Amino acid sequence: MSIADTANRPGAVDRLRDALPKLVLSPTVAIVAIFVYGFIAFTLYLSFTDSRILPSFGWVGWQNYHNLFRIRAWDTAVSNLVVFGVLYIAICCALGLLLAILLDQRIRAEGFIRTVYLYPMALSFIVTGVAWKWFLDPGIGLEAVVHGWGWESFQFDWIKNSHMAIYTIVIAAVWQTSGFVMAMFLAGLRGIDNEMLKAAQIDGASTFALYRRIVIPQLRPAFMSAFVVLAHMAIKSYDLVIALTGGGPGTSTELPATFMYSYTFTRNQMGIGAASAVIMLMTIAAIIVPYLWSELREKK
Amino acid sequence: MSTAPDTRAFDPTAAGAGSGRKILQTSLRPARVILYLLLALFCIYYLLPLYVMVVNSLKPLSEITAGGMMALPRDWTLAPWQSAWSTAQVGVEATGLRPYFINSIIMVVPAVALSTLLGALNGYVLTKWTFRGATVLFGLLLFGCFIPFQIVLIPMARVLGLIGLAGTVPGLIFVHLVYGIGFSTLYFRNYYAAFPTELVRAAQIDGAGFFRIFWRILLPSSGPIAVVCIIWQFTNIWNDFLFGASFSDFDSQPMTVALNNLVQSSTGVKEYNVHFAGAIMAALPTLLVYIVAGRYFVRGLMAGSVKG
Repeated sequence: MSIADTANRPGAVDRLRDALPKLVLSPTVAIVAIFVYGFIAFTLYLSFTDSRILPSFGWVGWQNYHNLFRIRAWDTAVSNLVVFGVLYIAICCALGLLLAILLDQRIRAEGFIRTVYLYPMALSFIVTGVAWKWFLDPGIGLEAVVHGWGWESFQFDWIKNSHMAIYTIVIAAVWQTSGFVMAMFLAGLRGIDNEMLKAAQIDGASTFALYRRIVIPQLRPAFMSAFVVLAHMAIKSYDLVIALTGGGPGTSTELPATFMYSYTFTRNQMGIGAASAVIMLMTIAAIIVPYLWSELREKK
Repeated sequence: MSTAPDTRAFDPTAAGAGSGRKILQTSLRPARVILYLLLALFCIYYLLPLYVMVVNSLKPLSEITAGGMMALPRDWTLAPWQSAWSTAQVGVEATGLRPYFINSIIMVVPAVALSTLLGALNGYVLTKWTFRGATVLFGLLLFGCFIPFQIVLIPMARVLGLIGLAGTVPGLIFVHLVYGIGFSTLYFRNYYAAFPTELVRAAQIDGAGFFRIFWRILLPSSGPIAVVCIIWQFTNIWNDFLFGASFSDFDSQPMTVALNNLVQSSTGVKEYNVHFAGAIMAALPTLLVYIVAGRYFVRGLMAGSVKG
């Protein structure tokens, strides 16, 4: 029962008082209605029009979507996203889990180590991109340094190699986010009952079996959250690509987010740009909506 | 992203070193040694890029191009920092990053303050003055936090043009406010949900009004969540690149965009040391917040992702 009900008396002042909470909420409702859902509707509409440099309203049906899937750059962007997304999520989860288990062993200076593992999360992807861009640059970075140490044949030019450049994005992105995944798993581990583990240990279970059979299955909710967060970050990835490779060499590290930006704002193909944004939204919605749905229902 | 009722529910930074398990300890001592070695190795992995940025921002360019990226500076110098701050070529003009740093501050402060305030009021209404459809509304609000912002770029560019805020810092404040409300509402809603409604009801029987209850009863106990929210908004808005790149002009660019321009500029010699100094400048505010209030930073992250 809401408290507003108890104060249900007539009179202008009282009526204003009753309306006050909704009045306070109304700017937010208006903002969300216009700037989130209205804008989604507008972009959706544009994706069916012949918009080029500016929005225009000539209806072209599914034409933009047909064209989009025939553009090779979009093809590249989507397959890059699959490669990047799968590796990014898998490595972050594996590394995060490993670090969380290692840290959960009554480590001295745990607080300090955790701080070190997690600080990249506070940085901008542009900063991360700049640091890794020059560190991975064969001319001055790792390759040059190893050459300087006397290993002349050492080669590490992934960032300049169109077949390997996408993996440098994985490297930098994993560096930035894996500490965060570690924190999520650590929170999950700390929620596990110690008694059960002790009992299993007394029964002679090996450490490995203990984790595989008891601990890791109980981390399912943490895995779920990590997957949703990482998948949604992967699809939105834009800054890191811009700072690290600029989408290159050539178009070898383009992702849907960079594709959308360049087609909309520099190639003047707004209709196609809008169509690509709609597809990005649909992909994220397919992941986020069921998750939010289950979370909001559970609360009832 | 969860609607977990309590952001304090689990806080890995609050738990001291004593709360862990010691499963590996039952094996022999060498296991502990390997454990610490592994942990140290990962510390190096995470700190390496920071080390690279710091040492290379303090050495002359020639030492970097000669293959000495990993070495400590032989000639320590602050010149790259001076250059990055006030004389480096950013885009067309040789102003250094200073004006853009100021832009970012002018942008961040009102955007954070306004979105936090609105979030607090929304959370108050959504938990203590609920109405039919409040959960649905909250769900719609929450979904807005996770949309890829590419979907709003085109109409937002139009709207900013129409209201005369295109390419200005106030325009960026507006955009960040609009898309920051979702998260700030999430934080305060989950926090206030755990606040005893009986207290609010008692105050109401005593004749206290809507704002009086908020001001006198809820706000005084909102300190922790306000800190979490402010830190989250500050980090996100300071680190934003997409909106900055889309909606700013040369003189209203935020720090991230200016840093990217500095690094990507194709004219002249690439001054890596200046780039690194600039990158540290862009990272410093959020890094400082993280070091000073890391516990709240983690709470914010967790509240956005883990069930309570």
